[in-house]
Formats: sequence, C-alpha cells, structure tokens
Amino acid sequence: MRNLRLLPLVATAALLTACGGGEEAQHYGPNPTLPEPERGLLPSMKISEPGPWGQQRPLVPAGYTVTAIATNLAIPRQTLVLPNGDILVAEGRGGHAPKLRPKDIIAGMIKSKGTTSVKSGNRLTLLRDANGDGVYELRTVFADKLDAPYGLALVGDQLYVANQGALVRFAYTPGQTQAGAPPVKVTDLPSHINHHWTKSLAASPDGRFLYVGIGSNSNITERGMPAEADRAMVWQIDAASGAHRPFATGLRNPTALAIQPGTGQLWAVVNERDELGPNLVPDYLTFVRDGGFYGWPYSYWGQNVDNRVRPQDPQKVATAIRPDYSLGAHVAALGVAFSNPAMGAAFADGVFVGEHGSWNRSQPSGYKVVFVPFQNGRPAGPPRDVVTGFLGADGKARGRPVGVTVDPRGALIVADDLSNTIWRVTPPRPAGA
Amino acid sequence: MRAILSQRATTGLHLLYVVLVSCAAPLFLGGLLSDIAYARTYEIQWLNFADWLIAGAMVFTGVALAWSLVEVVLDRGRSRAGLIGLGILVATFLVGLLNSLTHARDAWGTMPAGLILSLVTTALAIAAIWFAVAQARTGAVQ
Repeated sequence: MRNLRLLPLVATAALLTACGGGEEAQHYGPNPTLPEPERGLLPSMKISEPGPWGQQRPLVPAGYTVTAIATNLAIPRQTLVLPNGDILVAEGRGGHAPKLRPKDIIAGMIKSKGTTSVKSGNRLTLLRDANGDGVYELRTVFADKLDAPYGLALVGDQLYVANQGALVRFAYTPGQTQAGAPPVKVTDLPSHINHHWTKSLAASPDGRFLYVGIGSNSNITERGMPAEADRAMVWQIDAASGAHRPFATGLRNPTALAIQPGTGQLWAVVNERDELGPNLVPDYLTFVRDGGFYGWPYSYWGQNVDNRVRPQDPQKVATAIRPDYSLGAHVAALGVAFSNPAMGAAFADGVFVGEHGSWNRSQPSGYKVVFVPFQNGRPAGPPRDVVTGFLGADGKARGRPVGVTVDPRGALIVADDLSNTIWRVTPPRPAGA
Repeated sequence: MRAILSQRATTGLHLLYVVLVSCAAPLFLGGLLSDIAYARTYEIQWLNFADWLIAGAMVFTGVALAWSLVEVVLDRGRSRAGLIGLGILVATFLVGLLNSLTHARDAWGTMPAGLILSLVTTALAIAAIWFAVAQARTGAVQ
C-alpha cells in the first residue's frame, strides 16, 4: 500500500524530469501538472460578489454576436433546443443538505453572497423565435411545479426532465408551448440529502437508454460513507421500464452529459473535490466508459490517493481511470455541448464547456464558456475562450454560465444563473446572406 | 471593612470565572473522546460531535477569557496563581481556535492533528480550572 501511495510521486517526478523542469505548470489538457495537496488553516474562499451588467455584455470572438434572449428568469440552469427551434429552459435550485457542522453554517453564509437571491423557479420556460430574426418574442411556462429540474432530453415525442429526485417525462408534440398533462414518473433518483443536487441527463442515440449524472453527497465523504450509496455515478436507465444500473462510478459530480455525434459515445464534465489547494483537483471532461471507475472518493486524476478518505480502498484505486482532459481546478464546469460546423470554422469540431467559476481559489478561475477543440473524436489542443466578461475587472461577477447548448442552425445558447439570463451567441453571417 | 467588602466582591466575580472555566474542560474532553472514537471507527458522526463539542468549549473559553479581563481591570493586584491561570486560559483559547479550524477540515483530513490538539486543549482547560480554583482559595485565605 505504501508503494502504491508513492507511485504518483514517482510518476510526477519522472514527468518533470522528462519536461526538463522549469516549465510553467500545465493546468489544461490530458496531462495536467498535479501539485502536492495543500490545505492551510483556513480553506481559500473568494466570493466574486454579483454586480449588474449595466451597458456591458459578455465578450465573444470577433465577428460573433451575443444577445440576451430572455431575462428575469428564475435560476436558469440547462437548456434544450427543440426540433422546431424553440428553446426549453430548466429553472430551479435544489438540495436539502442539513447543516451538520459549524463549518457548514459559516461556509453557507459566505457562499450565498455569490449566488442569486431569486426564488427557485421549479419550472420549464419555453422561448420561441417564430420568424428567425434572433428575437425570442414568445415566452411561455411550458411546465411548472417541478422539483429543481435540471437535465433535459427529447427522444421522439417524449420529453425527459431530470428533477432533483425523479426522472419524469412529458408527451411532446412539435409546436407545443405548454405541456398537455402533468409529467409521468419514469423512476426515482437518489435524493437523500442531495448535497450535489443537479441531475444531468442525456439520451442514447437510439433512445432506449437515458443517462443520469448523480453527484456525490459531500465534498470528500464528510457526510459519511452510507450517504454515498448510489452517488457520484452515472446511471443508465431503461426508458421503457425505468430500471437502472450504474453505468460508470467514481465521478464526483457529473454536472453535464452529452452524446458525441457520430460515435454515439457518452461524454461528461465532472467537478472534482475541494480543499486540496488552488490547483488541485482539476475539473475534467471525459469520455465515460461503460463500467469505468473514475476514482472518487478514494483517488483523483487516476490513482492519486486522497488521504482524507477512511477506510481506504487500494483495490478500487488500482482500477481508477484517468480522465481524458483537464479543464483546470475549481472552474466548476456545469455545461457541455458538442459543436457543429454551423458555429463557424474555428469552432466546427469540439465541445463548448460552461464554467460557473470558482469560489475556493484566491485567484478566480472559470466564469466563462470555453471551447475544447477535438480531432479524430478526441480533445486536441488547449481550450479557447468563447464567451468571457462574466467576471468584471472590478472583481464583481456579472453572470455565471451554467448549461450550454448548440442550436443546429448555428447558435450557442448559454444559461446564466446569476443574472438569470439566457445568452445567444451567433457566428458571423456571410455578407448578403 | 472596605477591604473585606472589596474582597468579597472580587471572590463573587471570581466564582463566575471558575464556573465558566469549569464548563469548557468537559466539553473539550468530550471532543477528545469523540476524536478517539472517530479514529478507531471511521464513523463520521463522532467527528460531527467533536466539532460541536469543541465549538461549545470555545464559547465558554472565550467568555471566561473576557471575564478574566474584567477581573484584571477591577482587581489590579492579581495573585501569582491568577496570572498563571490567565496565561493558561489564553493558551487554551489559542490552541482551541487552532483545533476548531483543524476540525473544519473534511473527514480524515482532521487527523491526526485534530486528536493531538484536542488532547492539548483538554489538558490546558483542566489546568485552567486548577489555577482558577487555586486563586479562589488564596483569595479566601488572604
């Protein structure tokens, strides 16, 4: 066991030697530099206090346009573009984790300064741009009285919604602006405590299965191991029967799922553990292997043992898979969407990732939407900024990106749960078109 | 007559100090025992108990410290036992604060530092009672 714990050290040392040393720490990509865990007496917390947008707008690449297509929403998280171009927005806030320790009370008070004070919407809002001029003139409540809805997926005429405690479905007919009937429950989802309450959702290309991402019930098991039953994993749910099985485990908080076009493979962005230092542990983007174990809670970034977990499990650690691509520590990736050529040549092949932004790092990270370029179906190259300016030069947060969705007609839809806005980013249109 | 009155008042003030200091020690001890239970079982609830017991002990230590400052102001001539007691109480508060922050780490991240600090604060808090009572006795004899 001792040797096993030394392994990552040896590997890191070998890597440093190979690089010749002196190189700048690599935070992104397949081989991030992993510093030694550190934790001072007080965990670093830096809340970027909210500020108004005023006349400012998010910044987008040259030639691209950004517009707010809906404002004054009730905590928009994830969006879905329907076949007729309508956009569904899931709004809400969940979780009912009790404050167990003095720390929970203090940290809760500090963290709440960085989020919206709007009441949870618990609804789906539909936005429509009937004439394609980029103005979403129609806005209706598609369904309400939901329970912190988050993940959305359309399979044929069934609209699936992942509430914080159950997967439900609505019958959907194209052009509908309001659900015709209350939702039907497909299956309950783990919701005891719900420390990480968001239930991300994707459907297999053939529509037979639904994948639901279920976050852990703690940062690193501090609510006890029994609370982690059925947590930190992706469920595969049979759409017809509602039966489920764990598809992949050890994923601390898989906050967004997406199916890769062409391959049909499941990808996820995952938020990793806190309180190991400003550059540890990287949040990541990864292809999710059937049956794969990704480390949480026993280890991170493959087989780097987390000493805070007792009892340890060296056998599990030995099977832990290294994720594909580091997005950087504490960026809080909450959205992922595969792009297509309609987004412009620079963003034709790859994924967009919405980064909510850090709260536990003295130098804020995230607070933007990035693009991870792909080649041959795999991430290739450093991430590029796509939508920035959410964190002002004055240190105030104007917005915080969550879900990202690509409209096949060429637009990136970004949900912002701080300014309660849906942003739409469009590529330059050819002249005269 | 005036001397006797002021001495009585001082003793009354000091009794409250003795009570406050005496409240902190068993709470620190409870924290220590909970830490030991967590270290032996990995059962997280023990750590939650330790967190709150130590937080409670810190409240009494803090109030006792504030009270002893009031005593210093009202009664300039402190006995040797009193000064040592004050020093120990300050140490209890500082180590206790360190222990609270250590216990704010998650799960086993608290260990082993948390258990060692619990042991030290418990010992300090008991010593603080010792000197607080000793001071009360010398005060009574004078």
